[in-house]
Amino acid sequence: MQLKLALPKGRLMAPTGELLRSAGLELTGYDEQSRSYRPQCRDMPGLFTKVFHEKDIPIQVAIGNYDLGICGREWVEELLAKYPSSAVVKVRDLGYGRSDLYVVTSRSDGLSTLDVLRTRAGAVSIASEYPNLAEQFALRHRLKRFKVFPLWGSAAAYPPENADLALVAQSPDTPLYPWLVPLSHVLRSSACLVAHRNSWRSRDLSCLLARLCAVSSVTESDHTPAGRADGPGTPAVSRAAWDSSVRLALPDGHQREPTLACLRKAGIHIRDNSVDPGRPGISVPGVSVKVIRPQDMPLQVANGNLDLAITGDDWLYDHLCRFPTSPVRKILGLGFGRVRVVAVVSGEMPVDSPQDLRDLLRSGRLGRLRVASEYCNIADKYARDNHLSPYRLVPTWGASEAFLPEDADVLIENTQTGRTLAQHGLKIIDTILESTGCLIGGTTGPDTASAREVVDSLVRALEQGMAED
Amino acid sequence: METQRCKGSRDLLPEDMAKFRHIEHVFRSSCLGWGYEEIRTPTLEYLHLFTSVGTLTPEMLSRVYSFLDWDGWSGERVVLRPDGTIPAARLYIENLAGVRPARLFYVENVFTFEETGRESRERWQCGAEIVGSARPLADVELIALALDVLDKLGIQGVRLHLSHAGVIASLLARLGLTSAEQAEAFNRILAGNSESLRDLIGAAPQLKDAVSLLFEVKGESAGYLRNLQALLGRPSPDPDLDASMNDFIAIADSLTGLRHEYEIDIATGKGFEYYTGIIFRFYLDGRVLGGGGRYDGLVPLLGGGAVPASGFALRIDRLMEHIAAWEEVKPSVLVRSEVDGTAVVPLCFEVAALLRKAGHAVELDQGYTGPTAHRWVVSLQGTAASPRFAVADRASGATVQADSPAQVVEAVGKCS
Repeated sequence: MQLKLALPKGRLMAPTGELLRSAGLELTGYDEQSRSYRPQCRDMPGLFTKVFHEKDIPIQVAIGNYDLGICGREWVEELLAKYPSSAVVKVRDLGYGRSDLYVVTSRSDGLSTLDVLRTRAGAVSIASEYPNLAEQFALRHRLKRFKVFPLWGSAAAYPPENADLALVAQSPDTPLYPWLVPLSHVLRSSACLVAHRNSWRSRDLSCLLARLCAVSSVTESDHTPAGRADGPGTPAVSRAAWDSSVRLALPDGHQREPTLACLRKAGIHIRDNSVDPGRPGISVPGVSVKVIRPQDMPLQVANGNLDLAITGDDWLYDHLCRFPTSPVRKILGLGFGRVRVVAVVSGEMPVDSPQDLRDLLRSGRLGRLRVASEYCNIADKYARDNHLSPYRLVPTWGASEAFLPEDADVLIENTQTGRTLAQHGLKIIDTILESTGCLIGGTTGPDTASAREVVDSLVRALEQGMAED
Repeated sequence: METQRCKGSRDLLPEDMAKFRHIEHVFRSSCLGWGYEEIRTPTLEYLHLFTSVGTLTPEMLSRVYSFLDWDGWSGERVVLRPDGTIPAARLYIENLAGVRPARLFYVENVFTFEETGRESRERWQCGAEIVGSARPLADVELIALALDVLDKLGIQGVRLHLSHAGVIASLLARLGLTSAEQAEAFNRILAGNSESLRDLIGAAPQLKDAVSLLFEVKGESAGYLRNLQALLGRPSPDPDLDASMNDFIAIADSLTGLRHEYEIDIATGKGFEYYTGIIFRFYLDGRVLGGGGRYDGLVPLLGGGAVPASGFALRIDRLMEHIAAWEEVKPSVLVRSEVDGTAVVPLCFEVAALLRKAGHAVELDQGYTGPTAHRWVVSLQGTAASPRFAVADRASGATVQADSPAQVVEAVGKCS
């Protein structure tokens, strides 16, 4: 009998590997250096393991692709908040990877309780990587009117200027910014063993469960008060200063360095801010800068929180697939970070084009197409436009190549050269989009003439910088 | 065959639709006869319409279908209408403010997630609202209208249950609870959990006897309410409670005068926080057919000023299970051609059109292979150049010949 276990990458990878070793299960290829998504376990031959982003694990377990999974409890609760009848059972708290979810506000907003927000006439905005828990929080606390910004990350950077509240995870390693005040404790989380409901009901999982439970120790404790880093009680940019300037977002992660290089060529310099890394300084007067995820930028431009942002064509297109009339436009292509967004299948699959996929579905040899992607909206539109019916979308949060072939049939993914895809035994059957870094802004531009002049001068500088390249 | 219908959804087949339309017809004609005007609100509404305290309970809100619209980049969600009353109140504020009273009715679907998929997640309901009248008589009128509809549908044995949100709220206020605690206790009581109130009684032992009686002995007359009022007024009178009790008594007295029987059951009205006065529900065989109540706080909450309102809704799916008779239009005449070729097609259509004009439901034969249920079968015979018709009356077994479409209509006769 094969038993399928989904394992987390990222922050829980090392302690989970340690737990498995203690349980007498030595996994080859389950570490940060490994490029394999399928660690091998010689100690238990019937055990199949695969590595996912931990946010994907409750979904993979709930739909029955895996009997068991290990992930942070917050992701289980995030799934159950929206889909309470998901077939996922919380089996055991594994006691490591502790964090607490708090709803926080900026000290400068002067809120000490939720009562003021409850009766406020305007909408209360909540930024979070946990949009379902954020909505549940708003409903439970009877906020009269609210809006939730679903984010890929950096939620703590949103209050006060871009959101009234943020729902953030806080652990001893990641204290809150000193200007953030916790208003409500939402959840205590730690690594959690979860099971697919039907597997739990009808399969014998005891061989693995007994080993894991024998070595995992759970110490119950109340949540500790949110820790705050030392520093000033206000963010580097006040809400008033932010609102009166041209608001520019720069990407974090691997797009950060090429973006800074591109700005340097345009004579624009970014100054690091050690106290508030999300709000660096800039050499251009009248501009305020914020560092957030490129995935989140188009939505923030659309809802008026930003005037300009440097993101990628891929994320702009994904946003426009979801909101076709969104008031966001590409102002300038910046040329760096060139990738192709492609449709990919397993090398074993007898298809070389979307037409072949369609034929395969029509022949009945494939009952339902599972389309996995971080670009959920592009993938949805691609499947619709290519009449790949019936299909089911599998949203992913990283490590997407791991999904093929067991857990998805098609992957919509970006690639620079295609080599990594080939190394994983995958083949490209279609190119959807060529993407580079780009400057985006609102379709109508800033309200004031002076702000429009600042935007124009920034755009001219970037154009000149590229021309000299 | 694998079913492709969404879990928790329901197909309405021809017989179901005949029942549905019959109920709709009875409801519409009753409402029109009582002076109500029909409205229809959009299926999509903003979620925030339903989220304030005093609208839907958190339990109901956790089951709504909410999502971001195609232009939802602001992050504000829309919802598939989970309730008919709140959109009707919004419609009133935006379009009919100043009309006092506005008598409105609607036939609409509402959407609520249901886990097992055995109950339909889309439910149709017939609703009626009186906006702009605070009189107990308005509540009595709504109850009487609903009972009139149920009677006209031939549904017997309906039991009317009454409660009063004002009475519950006044009792909770006397227990010294915060507004949030009062709201939570209110929902638990309406959900039938009377234990929760008993637990709270420790804070106000003087209420113990009256509250115990309120939950343990269900009443059947205004006299029961007067008895309770006498108990609850001690040791000191409570003006809010008195006002609510007087309102409750006035409604109960009027219903007795109209010979409507009822049961006073304080725990009735699950899921709706917006009730402020009378709450009523109609039960049959232990299942709820519908209900309603007074919601004087809702229009103010939605920004429409101090406008009182009251209303009810009946569940069409439940009514469909209980109606014994409904009108079903089946085609009574079948027109068929025994002559090959297209030359006679216009003639068949002409005969069918004349028969429809005379009031018959007529079907053109598109290839029935077995016996049919039509009373008359008109067969076009002869040739295209010289057609004639055989009109068979299956009820009598007689067949007559006709030479023209007009003679066919004469043979079949006018539809009574």
